[in-house]
Amino acid sequence: MDTFEDHENAYAGLLDDGTGEGHWAFGTGFDDPLAGVDTTIPDGVDAGVLAATCLALADDGLVHAQRLAEWIAHGPEVEEEIALANIALDLIGQTRMLYVRAAAADPGVLDGLPTGSVAAEDALAYFRGPEAFRNVCLTELPRGDFAFTVVRLFALSSWRLARFSELREHRDPVLSAIADRGLKELDYHRDHAARWLVTLARGTEESRRRTEAALEAVWPWTSELEGMPEEDWSIVLGRAGLAVPQGRPSAYDGRAGRHTEHLAPLLTTLQEIARAHPEGSW
Amino acid sequence: MVTAASDVRALVDSVVDPELPMLTLADLGVLRDVSVDGRRVTVTITPTYSGCPAVAEMRADLVRVLKRGGYEAEVNLVLSPPWSTDDITPAGRARLSAAGIAPPGRVEPGPVLLSLSPTPVPCPRCDGRDTERTSRFGPTACMSLWRCRTCREPFEHVKAI
Repeated sequence: MDTFEDHENAYAGLLDDGTGEGHWAFGTGFDDPLAGVDTTIPDGVDAGVLAATCLALADDGLVHAQRLAEWIAHGPEVEEEIALANIALDLIGQTRMLYVRAAAADPGVLDGLPTGSVAAEDALAYFRGPEAFRNVCLTELPRGDFAFTVVRLFALSSWRLARFSELREHRDPVLSAIADRGLKELDYHRDHAARWLVTLARGTEESRRRTEAALEAVWPWTSELEGMPEEDWSIVLGRAGLAVPQGRPSAYDGRAGRHTEHLAPLLTTLQEIARAHPEGSW
Repeated sequence: MVTAASDVRALVDSVVDPELPMLTLADLGVLRDVSVDGRRVTVTITPTYSGCPAVAEMRADLVRVLKRGGYEAEVNLVLSPPWSTDDITPAGRARLSAAGIAPPGRVEPGPVLLSLSPTPVPCPRCDGRDTERTSRFGPTACMSLWRCRTCREPFEHVKAI
């Protein structure tokens, strides 16, 4: 049962694909997250609409995960960095499956992108410009302080959880399964954010002030979160002793590709090395 | 008599979880199917968490172990029904405890939003019930961090999911 000798070098087994050609250098993983999964589209499901749905949710995950990861080495304590990194990792996993599903449903999403040694999920993540991304704008706003991060995480995880609950009933078995897999993960994300929101709101004068400011800053952007569950906000704001802000809705529309000035620099950081060495392999 | 099928089964059963090496993939509950056709084997597994990086290594390990046994293997994924910690076998749970990792409780149905403080997880070392959670998340996707107020040791706990 002991296969420790195989794990002497954690990367050896992963890199040796037997062809001697190596792997594309910048991929998120060395593996197909939907290997062997039947991606046939059932009758009555429009491939283009299905691909667009998957792509948008994947973009939400990718961009929000990038912002969460910006806390690494800057968090208030190491346990919180681990928490936010774990949450980001869950989102990246969901994102990878969604990108692969989108490309399998509609190969047209890869038009104009490099496809030689580059896997579809990586082409979509690393080689599209901001005008092609369909994430909601709340995901791309700068990292902010910890209160902002927590309020944003609550808004997005509560909404994504509601969305995934609906998608569990989708006619496409692959999207339905991706949603099902992500549900309990998102439940933990939402609870983590909610606990922090309540803790900060009821903490010191400073933490309360920052939480109120964070809520004012986040609220206008929730207008893009279609179907955002109001009960979640009632419960959490009730416990926190905070009132729902009155702000005007955002004038942007991430789902239509109308992004803020924050997305382009985020993507530059995420994509620049891959774009500088598009053929890189190791 | 050792049939190809039982030989293959033994090989597959020898593959352990890369992060929790006291558990075989069978103990973990991620093995969904093993089918044999002469010297060709198709194994189907399901991912634990969406972003779990160990899945790639599990697949590579299965292919390598079967190749050493003289089989050409393909490892496919199936997403549905999703993996749950309820799929971890009783033997697996016992092995986690013995290794100092608190095994998961039964998965509770329904959302966890702002639920009351978690039921204290018994300490895997001293079985004390006076334990507290220090972090909802841990060094791997599947674990949370706890400490025991009786024996003072920290320990990991596999979250129910």
